[in-house]
Amino acid sequence: MRKVLMANHAVSIGVKLSRVSVVAAYPITPQSQVVELISEMCADGEIDAKFLKVESEHSAMACCIGAALGGSRVFTATSSQGLLLMHEMLHWAAGSRVPIVMTNVNRSVSPPWSIWTDQTDSLSQRDTGWIQLYCESNQEVLDSIIQAYWIAEKVNLPFMVVFDGFYLSHTNEAVDIPEQSDVDRFLRKFRPKFKIDVKKPHAFNSIVYPDAYMEFRHMIKESMDTVPAVVNKCGAEFGKKFGRVYGTLEEYRNEDAEISLITSSTVTSTARIVIDEYRKKGIKAGLIKLRLFNPFPREDILNAIRGKRKVGVIDRNYSPGNGGVFAQTLRANIIGNGDIPEIYPFIVGLGGRDVHLGVLNEAIDIMASNKKIKAGEEIWLDLKK
Amino acid sequence: MARPKKVRIPSEEFFHPGHYACQGCGAPIVGRYLLKALGKKTIIVIPACCWSVIQGPYPYSTLKVNVIHTAFETAASTAAGIRASLEMQKKNDVNVVALAGDGGTFDIGLQALSGAAERNDDIIYVCYDNEAYMNTGIQRSSSTPLGAWTTTTPGTHYKDRPKKDIIQIMAAHRIPYAATGNVAYPEDLYVKFKKATTMRGLRFFHILSPCPPGWRSSSEDSIKIARYATWSKMHPLYEVYDGEKYVVRKPEKEIPVNDYFSLQKRFAHLTEREVDTIQQMVDERWESLLRLAS
Ligand SMILES: Cc1ncc(C[n+]2csc(CCOP(=O)(O)OP(=O)(O)O)c2C)c(N)n1
Ligand code: SF4
Repeated sequence: MRKVLMANHAVSIGVKLSRVSVVAAYPITPQSQVVELISEMCADGEIDAKFLKVESEHSAMACCIGAALGGSRVFTATSSQGLLLMHEMLHWAAGSRVPIVMTNVNRSVSPPWSIWTDQTDSLSQRDTGWIQLYCESNQEVLDSIIQAYWIAEKVNLPFMVVFDGFYLSHTNEAVDIPEQSDVDRFLRKFRPKFKIDVKKPHAFNSIVYPDAYMEFRHMIKESMDTVPAVVNKCGAEFGKKFGRVYGTLEEYRNEDAEISLITSSTVTSTARIVIDEYRKKGIKAGLIKLRLFNPFPREDILNAIRGKRKVGVIDRNYSPGNGGVFAQTLRANIIGNGDIPEIYPFIVGLGGRDVHLGVLNEAIDIMASNKKIKAGEEIWLDLKK
Repeated sequence: MARPKKVRIPSEEFFHPGHYACQGCGAPIVGRYLLKALGKKTIIVIPACCWSVIQGPYPYSTLKVNVIHTAFETAASTAAGIRASLEMQKKNDVNVVALAGDGGTFDIGLQALSGAAERNDDIIYVCYDNEAYMNTGIQRSSSTPLGAWTTTTPGTHYKDRPKKDIIQIMAAHRIPYAATGNVAYPEDLYVKFKKATTMRGLRFFHILSPCPPGWRSSSEDSIKIARYATWSKMHPLYEVYDGEKYVVRKPEKEIPVNDYFSLQKRFAHLTEREVDTIQQMVDERWESLLRLAS
């Protein structure tokens, strides 16, 4: 069935199709509609789930951890300050090895107060042990929620599906809604690896001494290392069933490109147009859309950038003192892998500033002009003087 | 209320010996009687506090039931999540219990507790109150009584504000049951825990639990000190049903607060006048409690 949906509601429908049974959430713009629709569907009996209307995001995540350890498939959604308030519990979720799925609608962090999009909120949670995946369209949002449960439950790690506030959250697009029976066949019943059972008592998350802590972290590493392959496998199987193939990244006219842009989220759609225009001008430009950010799909990225002269990273986020998080992470992951292209880190569109065609044109022009970039330096585009 | 007669406490234990508490600690007693009353179909949620140590390090456990450790301020919300999951699986014969210290209850965890109480989540919340943050080295909490020494309220600047009245706060949420308890009265504890299992919604316990290193008292005096807390009305035993019906148990003996203080060095710096002021406050609180119960 095709329906015109805003991304927020695409999430709610993805949650319904995934047969989530416990939801705990706290409202924040621009996420609120995600849980409003879920709560409506719970009230109407369209979803067989318990919705805990908690008093904070911190508690929302604690509830989700409890419910997941109880053996339920759970969901929450948040944004910006809400995600930041959850920070401590994000570590608890990953350490508890519970496959919680959460949506974070990207919104800039305060102060100054701003409700518009910017990826600093989710990217600043990089080190909490959550898988992070960034979406470009409402279709991808819905499909990714279903895939997120598939993946998270395979690797026993929590999963954050991320997309741009307002640019996507409140934009209506035609979305193909899969049949429940097809989703049921694709996403099997949740069979938790770790759960509370009164017949088999266990102690979860006890104190560990230095002789054991490191091994627990290493087990997370072992699971994390498998994630890129699992994401590709899941995306391919999803493609077989629903006709839409997904992977850790997506290349656009990138095969023979000399200059490539790496983008994420909605900026990708603008970048496709820019790439087409430069191709028309005879410049071999290409595009790599990064879908999976954490863990960083190192092998896939290396394959996609190999042989390029220059690669520009479009970061819609800023880590003070470090620059753009995507660019920093890319550099850290490719150094030492032989001949690698020159990296151009761009900071764009913070706090919801429009990333129009001209901004991306400028990025490509800078790369084409052979301007040298010092290590650790980033280029801010469309900054008012 | 008369002393409960002939309470038969089951001999079955769900708590192993060889736990990690200090000698004379009240906290293990709380857990022990709690589980005797609740049985093995119980899930215990423990936030950061002495009990997260008492329960034992990986791969051991001093409890024969499921235990979930969680962040300091999330005992109530983690328990609420577990309950929601069990409810969806129609497993309705399991007790979900949060077992937390006074810091995790009166202070950092109060928001989550208030949220759970307002929603009337179906959990049992047990606060064992040792009147300070003991796990991190005896810092004051909002449960530390007026006049007490702690490492952040040194003798020269002792705690200058009264203890937060947690039961009143919980009662104001109109939860079905809120009760105080004291490790010196195990039968009373057992009866109240049992009573809680016959109810649904948020059931709250505030249990006084001595801490020899924190109260600067001797280990062998713990139970005596705890009993003196009730005799001196520093920690009266009472219950509140639905936020309004108060049932108070009169102590079998009455003593001045100074008798209670003199067994602990944490009050040693107090002058006679200061002790008199505290006595006056305690008497007034007791009177108002009796008025609520009448
Ligand atoms: C967010 C956070 N802040 C601080 C701590 C450190 N901490 C651990 S236990 C504790 C005190 C616990 O006090 P209480 O709840 O009274 O229990 P007790 O240790 O007295 O049994 C503190 C401050 C923590 N674990 N988490
Ligand atoms: S420090 Fe106090 S409360 Fe903690 S285990 Fe020791 S006696 Fe018990």
